[in-house]
Amino acid sequence: MIKVSRLARLSLGPEQAEKMTAQLAGMLEHFRDIDALDLAGVEPMTQPYPIKNVLREDVEVESLNREEVLGQAPAAESGRFRVPPIIGFDV
Amino acid sequence: MSENPVLPNGWQLVVGLEVHVELATKTKLFSASVNRFGDEPNTNIDPITLGLPGALPVLNKHAVELAMRIGLALNCKIRPCAFHRKNYFYPDLPKAYQITQYDHPLNVDGFLMLPGEVRIGIERAHLEEDTGKSVHFGGSSGRIHGSDYSLLDYNRAGVPLVEIVSRPDIRTSEQARQYVAELRAILLAVGASDAKMEEGSMRCDVNVSVHRFGTPFGTRCEIKNVNSIRSVGRAIDYEARRQVELIEGGGVVRQETRHWDDASGRTETLRTKEDADDYRYFLEPDLVPLVPEQSWIDQVRLALPPLPAARREMLAELCGVDKNGESAIVVVERGQDDYVREVIANGGDPRRSVVYVQQAFAELGPKPRVPAKDLAALTILERDAKVTSTQAKTLLTELIEAGGGDVAAMAAKRGFEALDTGALEAMVDAAIAAEPGAWKKYCDGEEKALGALVGAVMKASKGKADGKAVTALLQAKASA
Amino acid sequence: MKKLVEIVAGVGGGSLTATSVVEEHLDRIRTRDGEIHAFNLVTADQARKDAAKIDADIKAGKKAGPLAGVPIALKDNMCTRGVETTCSSKILQGWKPPYDATVVGKLREAGAVIVGKTNLDEFAMGSSTENSAFGPTKNPLDVSRVPGGSSGGSAAAVSAGFAAASLGSDTGGSIRQPAALCGVVGVKPTYGTVSRYGLVAFASSLDQIGPFTQDVRDAATLLEVIAGHDPLDSTSIPQPAISLVPVLDHGVKGMRVGRVTDLPEGCEPDVLERLEAAFDALRNAGATIVDVELPSLQYCLTAYYLIAPAEASSNLARYDGVRYGNRVDAPDLNAMYAATRESGFGEEVKRRIMLGTYALSAGYFEAYYGKALKVRRLIYDDFARAYTKVDAILTPTSPSVAFKFGSKTDNPLAMYLCDVFTIPTNLAGHPAMSVPFGLGADSMPVGIQVLATTLGEQSMFKVAAELERAS
Ligand SMILES: [Mg+2]
Ligand SMILES: [Zn+2]
Repeated sequence: MIKVSRLARLSLGPEQAEKMTAQLAGMLEHFRDIDALDLAGVEPMTQPYPIKNVLREDVEVESLNREEVLGQAPAAESGRFRVPPIIGFDV
Repeated sequence: MSENPVLPNGWQLVVGLEVHVELATKTKLFSASVNRFGDEPNTNIDPITLGLPGALPVLNKHAVELAMRIGLALNCKIRPCAFHRKNYFYPDLPKAYQITQYDHPLNVDGFLMLPGEVRIGIERAHLEEDTGKSVHFGGSSGRIHGSDYSLLDYNRAGVPLVEIVSRPDIRTSEQARQYVAELRAILLAVGASDAKMEEGSMRCDVNVSVHRFGTPFGTRCEIKNVNSIRSVGRAIDYEARRQVELIEGGGVVRQETRHWDDASGRTETLRTKEDADDYRYFLEPDLVPLVPEQSWIDQVRLALPPLPAARREMLAELCGVDKNGESAIVVVERGQDDYVREVIANGGDPRRSVVYVQQAFAELGPKPRVPAKDLAALTILERDAKVTSTQAKTLLTELIEAGGGDVAAMAAKRGFEALDTGALEAMVDAAIAAEPGAWKKYCDGEEKALGALVGAVMKASKGKADGKAVTALLQAKASA
Repeated sequence: MKKLVEIVAGVGGGSLTATSVVEEHLDRIRTRDGEIHAFNLVTADQARKDAAKIDADIKAGKKAGPLAGVPIALKDNMCTRGVETTCSSKILQGWKPPYDATVVGKLREAGAVIVGKTNLDEFAMGSSTENSAFGPTKNPLDVSRVPGGSSGGSAAAVSAGFAAASLGSDTGGSIRQPAALCGVVGVKPTYGTVSRYGLVAFASSLDQIGPFTQDVRDAATLLEVIAGHDPLDSTSIPQPAISLVPVLDHGVKGMRVGRVTDLPEGCEPDVLERLEAAFDALRNAGATIVDVELPSLQYCLTAYYLIAPAEASSNLARYDGVRYGNRVDAPDLNAMYAATRESGFGEEVKRRIMLGTYALSAGYFEAYYGKALKVRRLIYDDFARAYTKVDAILTPTSPSVAFKFGSKTDNPLAMYLCDVFTIPTNLAGHPAMSVPFGLGADSMPVGIQVLATTLGEQSMFKVAAELERAS
């Protein structure tokens, strides 16, 4: 669960983590009902309606207004979005 | 198999490359926002580029076509394919996932031939979107570590990329350099990308491992940030030596990602396999499968221009130069081979035509504005010894600056007139007479003495004599 | 309360003005929305301007649009340019999108007047609208009860007469279930019929926008306007909107309507009684009732609660405090991400993000998400077999009438069971709609769900119209 919350960038307090771990365990237990199914040879269904080759011509539209967009950002500076220092990433 | 000169005997180098190429489309891979390098930050953005809530991707047809051109030029099979989401958090990734091709790429199973018939397998060449760019501020270095904050520009986010993954078939750093150079030439030839490594529109990740001949492949390290053809070679040589030294010293190579530092000439650990993210790939539900019809593939294939290898061969044959020599490579890479052909068609001397273009036309692009007939005339003046090679260079510069002109008139205006062979011979004889000491030394095999004799002739001719012709005459007389 | 079609006829014909219609609805909002809380935002000023413009245009002889003067409420997960769009989440509170959703553009073009943005379970995750960060919506028919969810605000707005119609989104029943609980009509069209461009994604392969209205004819009229191909949505079906209004009077004579023999258990007797009455009504109108088996139906909940959270975990990763919405400051980026998402998302959203992240993660993908996709195929195949025998299928919409606040909030699985009849449709990508069909326990309305196959909207509406005539 700690790995999952790290992947999802969700910091859960210890109480919340405990409660959620119990709830998720219960659900996952319930979801074991499909283990009984014979799914050999069943094609996964990823798309509700079969469409293919949806393509767009290479024609441009006008950019959004930068000031309008940056005005919605939590922090911006010199025409760009500002974020705290990137540490904890090995880049 | 030849051994790598940088490795001790018995060791073999194994290299595979992953090359990311930005496609030369007008708009982004999944949105109609402009794809252009160098604009003001965040001026090429739209809801899709920014990953705004509710925005949905739609695939750019031209990007697919350019990717198909790359695939076909690399002898790949074009397959029905799909897009996946690669999930990870990073501020330059607006949706917190990259749309890429995972287990069903567009192009698979191709190859690229290096000079000398060396075949490098291409595993895949798939479509994906680029990320935005972050710049780090504060701290001392301007680098990410120790910075106070970062600023983000999403102009590049969503730009179409093709990632070309080679098989680990490369055995020397020289082959790796040739591979990148040839790939670059192919990308330019098919018009898929401007392939500018210095602007980041072509980026190389290099996978390096070493092993002793006859043993299985070693553990590989992936080197990032290799931003020029020269760095590709240097990074591989450094990394190969590092790995061999590590193993010979009793250590083991860990699978990891390393960073190439061009300034120090070293690679350093970026991240190890253990802290690799779990990307949770799954099929992108906002897109539908891409199944290029055979008729479309055929149409793209038919429209494919001749590729660099074939063009070099044709040019080399026409001009009497080596097909893997510099002039053939450079002229084809610049796309000036058609122009050279035109010069020759206008009566130009074949070898001089290609060499002039190689040496002086670097900035002029595929269609130089010097009329082919003028350049042809210049090659003939030199071939017929109406002007010296030095004079021809001067005239060439003038011709390029003026954008063409009557070269015979230019030569006359500068007083470049041909010395006929009789006059030249008389001057040579006069120089021998004037410098008997030097002549004696030269005849005794002292090459250095030649300078004084040639100098005397040049002085007497007021620079009109052709240095090469003078040397040839002196040689003939000495050996007579 | 005026029906949508009456308003269109009145405003177009000159017997009503858009302004008077809008004022009438704004009045009801002013009087009663303090109690109901259907809206996150009422856009009264803009609505008045829009109405005045429509009146002026009509006066000037312009042709009235197909929704001329109709006050419409939008679920607050559809982007409206310059107008706050929150998904009832703290993480998006205050966000003004720089663009309009495709449906919003279509509504405006048709002459509709948008009166506000309605409350929902945060990011459409829930079945009671209790998961809104801005407080629950109450059921206008009994304010001690939930309106259903997640489009509870949109259902309540129509039920209370705050808008002649509204739009909701349906990922696992989020239009049909609240429609049933609030006594209105709610339609989830075939996946790909209405553009998702500008609908804030919950689960991309399941989400679909649809109408809430007072009756079936209004629903058909509104759906005809919002449906149709959109080049901005790659999953949009490349064909024009299906014509629906003309079939409403066709009746059901000769139609075959399915009764599911292996319906999941747990349905209240009052609801089952109404279902039987519905079959009787259709039989009396000349339809044949045919038994159909859907053996995989019992696995729907599992498939859905793996697939939807998996997609959601990815769709909701973009709320990271960088480009829009809210941020909780922290000394470094990773800490900022975690703090922003911790404080910005409510408990149910976090639960689903965790569940979905888990289902997709290395080592569990095949056992959970991968398997769920195969179960989805089984369900699709079950329906395909059934629809060789029938033109439509009838089930309850919800296992019970509207329940009391707080009665299911402690048990997420119990809440998930509210969707047991609605989820299969989303998994199959089919259309389904809920029609009020009499009253159940405590005199609360019961909704009957009419299901049909892909693009089977005409059959669905014929049956729905017949049920409405008989109720
Ligand atoms: Mg890679
Ligand atoms: Zn890549």
